[in-house]
Amino acid sequence: MTTAPRRWTTPTLLSAPALLLFTALLVLPLCLTLVLSFNVFDYSVGVKSDAWTLQQYVTVFSDSYFYEIFWRTFWISALVTLLCVVIGVPEAYILSRMGTPWRSLFLILILTPLLISVVVRAFGWSLLLGADGLVNQAIQALGGRPLKLLYTPFAVIIALVHVMLPFMIIPVWTSLQKLDPAGEQAALSLGASHAKVMRLVVLPQILPGVLSGTLIVFGLAASSFAIPGLLGGRRLKMVATVVYDQYLSELNWPMGAAIAVVLLLANLLIMLSWNRMVEGRVKKSLGE
Amino acid sequence: MSRNGPLALSFHALVVVFMLAPLVVVCLVAFTPENTLSLPTHGFSLRWFRAVFERADFIDAFYNSLILAFVAATLATLIAVPAALAITRYQFRGRNFFNALFLSPIIIPHLVLGVAMLRLFALMGVNGSFAWLMLAHVVVITPYVLRLVIAAAIGIDRSAEQAAESLGASRWTLFRQVTLPMILPGVAGGWLLAFINSFDEVTLSIFVTSPATQTLPVRMYVYATESIDPMMAAVSALVIALTAVTMIVLDRVYGLDRVLVGKQ
Repeated sequence: MTTAPRRWTTPTLLSAPALLLFTALLVLPLCLTLVLSFNVFDYSVGVKSDAWTLQQYVTVFSDSYFYEIFWRTFWISALVTLLCVVIGVPEAYILSRMGTPWRSLFLILILTPLLISVVVRAFGWSLLLGADGLVNQAIQALGGRPLKLLYTPFAVIIALVHVMLPFMIIPVWTSLQKLDPAGEQAALSLGASHAKVMRLVVLPQILPGVLSGTLIVFGLAASSFAIPGLLGGRRLKMVATVVYDQYLSELNWPMGAAIAVVLLLANLLIMLSWNRMVEGRVKKSLGE
Repeated sequence: MSRNGPLALSFHALVVVFMLAPLVVVCLVAFTPENTLSLPTHGFSLRWFRAVFERADFIDAFYNSLILAFVAATLATLIAVPAALAITRYQFRGRNFFNALFLSPIIIPHLVLGVAMLRLFALMGVNGSFAWLMLAHVVVITPYVLRLVIAAAIGIDRSAEQAAESLGASRWTLFRQVTLPMILPGVAGGWLLAFINSFDEVTLSIFVTSPATQTLPVRMYVYATESIDPMMAAVSALVIALTAVTMIVLDRVYGLDRVLVGKQ
């Protein structure tokens, strides 16, 4: 593909600043955190950096408190991912079928919340879902009784879907762009129903986009911090907010480090295995 | 000229309302004359905007964020452009590894990066330092620049470069006169995207800022966990307005749809 000389000095020199920074501020701190997660922690003296233990990992996997938090993080992220697929895939398809001025206008309207601080968006949802927020005012105006929405899984899920939806729409949109409309038209002109065209022509081709969106959304939702922090309240913890508590209120850094390591490994594992499975299926469905 | 049916269009309308509702509500509540978080039903007031400008902590946090995002985005661009050229222009050992390493902060949760850098900074005794916070941000935003510059560098016509090379241009001249002008939209778009991402970053920053180096999102997060009043809505409305301005610039420079969905 590249015709440039096969020497290594120039490219290495060009990458050197980035390599230096990423070694010092990415690789090194991650290794230090892995080491920290095996250090003994004592509430009176703090981290004992020359004493080693597996206690933190034993606790993470056996204590029902942590088990419950990991399970809650998992099901909330899975549900958010599912909702993003159900909403994002049809929306991307509808967008792709719009006429010229509307298409880019709505694409930008739907995707730009992505660029607005997540704290602002979480605050917006707390205004809507609060005890006397807009949603409850509407319920009362219609004669219903106000519901407790804020600080429930419902609030966290709806705000996470709001934050993650663009990450689903973008890859699906990108694969829709590569879709040749002639294929759809050919199928329609040969008498296939719309449902059949959808199932046999459109869906197989946008599947890679849907699957990469699924990955991104699940990974980001499982490690989200500001949304559960602001909309989940003190009792509804997710993995990220527990890590925050361990580091900044309990001051038990080795425990926080162990949870962070488990979160990172679980994330990478899900991404890699999902990726492998997806690649296999996509190849099969394309007849390769 | 839409080919969507009425059902599809109603679904679309609901999605648009869902995406915009929290932002619109924030902007409306910011103008309330009341002491509580309510929609301004009895007239508009600017009192909560005035309240923001009287809060030195918020003003300081805003300047911190602005300087931080500006310098971090610039540094990220300075390291990402040569790395992107190395990755697209040369075949060398470790090329795929470099590419994966430099893009990895997108996959690694910011929370994990935050606690990892907290540990490093604490061991070095530099936690809460503005300079190190800045370098931490550079790591997180470099992938955004790198991706756009790689896309730009792959997309350009190589024959101009080859012509300049065969006419004896030095590598620096080649870069400055031929390559850079052609990849400039990618570089500028990458810088702006990096700027916005640094300006918005909260999860990593919350671990490695001190009260003196607090960024605006961190200040807002901490404030929102303690108390909620209409001033928070006013700050949020200002952030939305500022982001909107940046996005318009980004649209003019590079094309917003191209940044967001990376199309042609």
